[in-house]
Amino acid sequence: MSDWKKSITPMVFPGKIAVPYTWTVGSTLSKFYCELRDNGKIWANKCPACKTVFVPPKVKCIHCYRDPSIWVELPGTGTVESYTIVRYEEPMLHPRKAPFVYGLIKMDGADTCMVHIIDEIEPEKVKVGMRVEAVLSENREGNILDISHFRPVK
Amino acid sequence: MERVAIIGVSQTKYTQNNPLTFAELVYQVTTEALEDAGITIQDIDNVVSVSSDFWDGRTISSMAISDASGAYGKDITTVEGDGTFGALYGLMRTLSGSFNTTLVVAHHKGTESNMKGITNTAFDPLVERRLGLDAISSAALQARRYMTKYGLKEEQFALVSVKNHGNAMRNPLALFPMEITVEDVMNSRKIADPLKLLDCSPVTDGAAAIILATEHVAKKLVPPKKCVWVKGVGHCSDAFRLGDRDLADTRALTAAAKRAYSLAGIQDPCRELDLAEVYDAFSYMEPLWLEGLGIAPEGMACEYLERGKFDFHGQLPVNPSGGRISTHPVQVAGLSELVECALQLRGEAGDRQVEGARTALAHGINGMCGQAHCVWILGK
Ligand SMILES: [Zn+2]
Repeated sequence: MSDWKKSITPMVFPGKIAVPYTWTVGSTLSKFYCELRDNGKIWANKCPACKTVFVPPKVKCIHCYRDPSIWVELPGTGTVESYTIVRYEEPMLHPRKAPFVYGLIKMDGADTCMVHIIDEIEPEKVKVGMRVEAVLSENREGNILDISHFRPVK
Repeated sequence: MERVAIIGVSQTKYTQNNPLTFAELVYQVTTEALEDAGITIQDIDNVVSVSSDFWDGRTISSMAISDASGAYGKDITTVEGDGTFGALYGLMRTLSGSFNTTLVVAHHKGTESNMKGITNTAFDPLVERRLGLDAISSAALQARRYMTKYGLKEEQFALVSVKNHGNAMRNPLALFPMEITVEDVMNSRKIADPLKLLDCSPVTDGAAAIILATEHVAKKLVPPKKCVWVKGVGHCSDAFRLGDRDLADTRALTAAAKRAYSLAGIQDPCRELDLAEVYDAFSYMEPLWLEGLGIAPEGMACEYLERGKFDFHGQLPVNPSGGRISTHPVQVAGLSELVECALQLRGEAGDRQVEGARTALAHGINGMCGQAHCVWILGK
């Protein structure tokens, strides 16, 4: 390293990027969110070729590249396939204060899992294989948090 | 198809809060890789840079370092992803007939930003992003799924952390060389169960570069002992959404590995490879990926780990560099694996040299929970 560098303390500039976006939701997810917001229902879509049922619904079947054109209503219940207890605080990102639980929930009537929050249970008591049901938010705005969380089926 | 060689390599010491700018890091590794090959910037036909705009906090981040990579007056293109994928693009360009030599250079300064915020933006803004998921919480879901599917224990994952932090003791470039025990890992702070602090890789700053050349040009430019040959490459990706995959199913990696092995003529990777650098961003990933790579049968890699099969002096040393779990410069990580493998095959890996290494595997991932995989086989 050149000698002159020894006498320099490199500076640090703090910065922040805040840029607004308006993301188009598309007709498939718009239908999903409208049903959730207006009717409190969880809908999935099904591929006519391989019969895979996707929730949230998809624009194309990942297996066949066909339109999953058949709409099916789900009961809103499911089974915990995996979960984690989040121990760190990230208030800008997290909808809950830590500790809270994310679950990978295999939805009844569908072939895919939904990731969501599991609540109304002590985090340590959540288990793989546990039966859970969706709890809707009171004020629904048409996004994934219109499902407030999942809770154990009583 | 013409053979391609890696004729020059370089990587920085990996640190946190590195005082060098992105461009200074790129200058450093580009200059050193040229010196390593014994060539000049005039011998480079084109450049592939590897960086991420979100991590860098600037758009078209590749343009900002193009001078530093010596790309002024040349063609430069960019891969936003792991360095193994940048190298893959570099290999394709070298084989295209348009360029005889390609510089692939990656930089990363994760400690300048917020890893959780950045990895959260990898999720679909229309669905999962709003839930606050990030690289750690999604990995925790994968770890638990893997444990459930095969009846594995956290203590078994901890062995990876013990082994690789220990291997890092032989690597002067590693960020966190440590002699630790399974107990230390188990007692470390809980982050997102089942992951604890010592199951997670540290955000790391650094840069790496490799120079690729077609066989006829490589033979003109550098002596034979500098040439490390690309024997095979394979790549494949799985579904984007976590819930559309079985997170314990490694089918994309299996497909990628199959292609790489078939090109390299490898039938039994466990016997034919001399070392493997595998993307252990989290402890559980090493055994999961070893199964996807066909180096252990499904659900068996942890048992092999316990038997010491993947130790530095074991049958197949895995992550002799210390792995990502001791040093994780995100986009750079896979390129650093290729540098490590090249040094090993040239017999220049110092204290971490695996004796008599003739064939090495490097493996990189892109996307959450290893959505995409890139597998490289290098040989002497
Ligand atoms: Zn289908």
